[in-house]
Amino acid sequence: MARASVSIDYEGASEAVAAAYGRDPNFVIPMLQDLQREFGYIPSEAAICMARLLGIPLSQLYAVATFYSSLRLTPCGDHVITLCMGTVCYLKGSSKLAARIQASLNVGPGGTTADGRFTFQPVNCLGACGLAPVLVVDDTYFTEVKPIHVPDIIARYARKDGAARDVR
Amino acid sequence: MSVEHLTCPEDLARLRLQSARQTAEDTVTIAVCMDTCCCAKGAEDVWSAFETAIGIAAERGLHIELKRTACHGLCERGPLVIIAPGDILYQNVKPENVTQIVEETVVGGRVLESLIYEDPETGKKTASPSEIPFYTKQMRLVLRHNGAIDPESIDDYVAVGGYDALAKVLTEMTPEQVIAEVETSGLRGRGGGGFPTARKWRSCRAAEGSPRYIICNGDEGDPGAFMDRSIMEANPHAVIEGMIIGAYAIGSPQGFVYVRNEYPLAVRRVRKAIEDAHEHGLLGDNILGTGFDLDITINRGAGAFVCGESTALMASLEGHPGEPRAKYVHTVEVGLHGKPTCLNNVETWANVPAIISRGGKWFASIGTEGSKGTKVFSLAGKIRNTGLVEVPMGMTLREIVCGIGGGIPDGKRLKAVQTGGPSGGCIPEHLLDTPVDFDQLYDLGSMMGSGGLIVMDEDTCMVNVARYFLTFLREESCGKCTACREGTAQMCDILNRICAGEGREGDVELLLDLCQILEDAALCALGTSAANPVRSTTRYFRDEYDQHIRDHYCPAHDCRGLFSYEIVVEECRGCGACLKECPVEAISGEKRKPHALDQSLCVRCGACFDACSFSAIARVKPRVGSIASAAVQVEGS
Repeated sequence: MARASVSIDYEGASEAVAAAYGRDPNFVIPMLQDLQREFGYIPSEAAICMARLLGIPLSQLYAVATFYSSLRLTPCGDHVITLCMGTVCYLKGSSKLAARIQASLNVGPGGTTADGRFTFQPVNCLGACGLAPVLVVDDTYFTEVKPIHVPDIIARYARKDGAARDVR
Repeated sequence: MSVEHLTCPEDLARLRLQSARQTAEDTVTIAVCMDTCCCAKGAEDVWSAFETAIGIAAERGLHIELKRTACHGLCERGPLVIIAPGDILYQNVKPENVTQIVEETVVGGRVLESLIYEDPETGKKTASPSEIPFYTKQMRLVLRHNGAIDPESIDDYVAVGGYDALAKVLTEMTPEQVIAEVETSGLRGRGGGGFPTARKWRSCRAAEGSPRYIICNGDEGDPGAFMDRSIMEANPHAVIEGMIIGAYAIGSPQGFVYVRNEYPLAVRRVRKAIEDAHEHGLLGDNILGTGFDLDITINRGAGAFVCGESTALMASLEGHPGEPRAKYVHTVEVGLHGKPTCLNNVETWANVPAIISRGGKWFASIGTEGSKGTKVFSLAGKIRNTGLVEVPMGMTLREIVCGIGGGIPDGKRLKAVQTGGPSGGCIPEHLLDTPVDFDQLYDLGSMMGSGGLIVMDEDTCMVNVARYFLTFLREESCGKCTACREGTAQMCDILNRICAGEGREGDVELLLDLCQILEDAALCALGTSAANPVRSTTRYFRDEYDQHIRDHYCPAHDCRGLFSYEIVVEECRGCGACLKECPVEAISGEKRKPHALDQSLCVRCGACFDACSFSAIARVKPRVGSIASAAVQVEGS
């Protein structure tokens, strides 16, 4: 994953993304999404290039980037733990899961662990209400999760890249 | 198969015959549900296992077709597999079952008892969806092809009559006739408001300005709702066909589908549907050789609940933060880029092709006086059959929850049903004989919403539910208008206080005052309807608020600190599980002897309750003076 470093070509990446949308500021949200896909977040260097290329103030990009919850201005960890906080997950105990995750990783919502291993991202609803509570690590879904499962799930990813499904 | 560019309606008819012939042969089909829920439960591995097994079977001369389908409805029992002929539904299928399914069911013709549906109440086993009450009590129009067609195959959609309605519209009907047909049907917007669709189309068509735009709102932000996701994942072409018909009626050359960021599979399927429709000449210039042009593009949301509101969604499409504007001038006149814009919800668009094919009168014959057709609901919460259901308007909530949903598990008592998401309300058990109808739900202080139906049992605290929704709305308020920005925050603070046992006399009245302010002064529906969760819970469950405030007691045993835990000596086996989990060493006892809990140390975190496998931890009303105030904390806020 790209981390802040002098060798990264922010200019080139921004130009490629801007060109894909004809430098039309109407498409600023998809452009920022593309930049985020490339870097894992929106680096300020890329945002500055992008504002210049589109001929809009940087503040306008910043307003968009801070308004939408999926856009991030800071790098995320190697693994992203997404916890569904939808109504059904909540009724079935997702707040207990959140407490457990935050305690074991020592991070707040949206935060990244000091070692850069995990980012904890609560989201509104993943629309998989039949399987509540739902927790997703990277692209792997864990369904009907109980607080006692949390340490086990985290341990798998803390060791090294490993994925397992269905801890029930 | 090479892509055929259809240049006239006759080409479409030919493609239909071809595709239908291919699927009508006597081949055995194994359909694997590949929607978000089933994939989350391992459907992709099941699919790979079937590929291997079918490859082996092919060497023995057996031809089996493997088909990707989407949401069959019984989401919680996925991965779901349907085998035809025979119409056998297998649930909770795992890769290790696959060889057995091929050998026993496909080759041997025997049904595997261990994989078929078992009625949670009677224990009766049923193999065919046509005999399972969950399905038999539904009326599936929008979802009629779910489970039968491959959502990523335009040929499959065409084979079942897809794009037929479009051909009819483009060759036999004028735009006015299309709008008239939709008007006859009585279709009302499925996104929540229930505005008559034909009236919206007519206003947009009549509005000055060019070009006109159409938008499909797939920003299904209500937590606990997944109907639109399922429709987009299971039958994206129905949505696209509906949009093309709408664009023709309105006179629009450009459409947008706005899909939530959290729905990656829906984005992929809709994108593929648009590309395939383009390649087949069903989108782009000169559609089916009739001279009608339409382009549709897909936009991903970036995570903002307020973007489900039409003006906020349009701001987002223009590249701005999703802040709504006052609607003195409607978006059908001044919408996206200042042009006339018609925005409809996913399910609304998906209803259009059937209305054109079968006629507005047919559609109007289903449902109630004011609400026609069917409604798709996502049924979830404390219920046996969680999933996607479609019922005719007018069915009672009780029939949906108890008949289709199979009632409440674990012998618990049904307490309320929440409809309409954060903008809706909680309907108590004694009013569940109310029919599903836009106006009747509104009268109860709730609303149809987009169709989330969340069932709550006796363990759900209604004050905490209101708190949950207000916490949600406070975070999602865009902050543009003061009433919503400050009002939701104040209401949330009061509810947090009540749930922490620090409620004061007069808090409920203060909440209701704030509700009134929001209803009067908020800019958009997110703000005005933010009152509904509080209004409905105080209206039907005032007693719970009073017990929180006066007795510092949560009767549902849900709010941390407002009830105590006790060890039931008769049930305790002394296994030590609770003792090990307790973070403050409040539990003591020897192995295999009943343990004891020291109330003066207990922080009421519930770790012991979650850890106990013998129901030996009880939740009780705290004895007077036993609340350790230091322990009273509200979690998760």
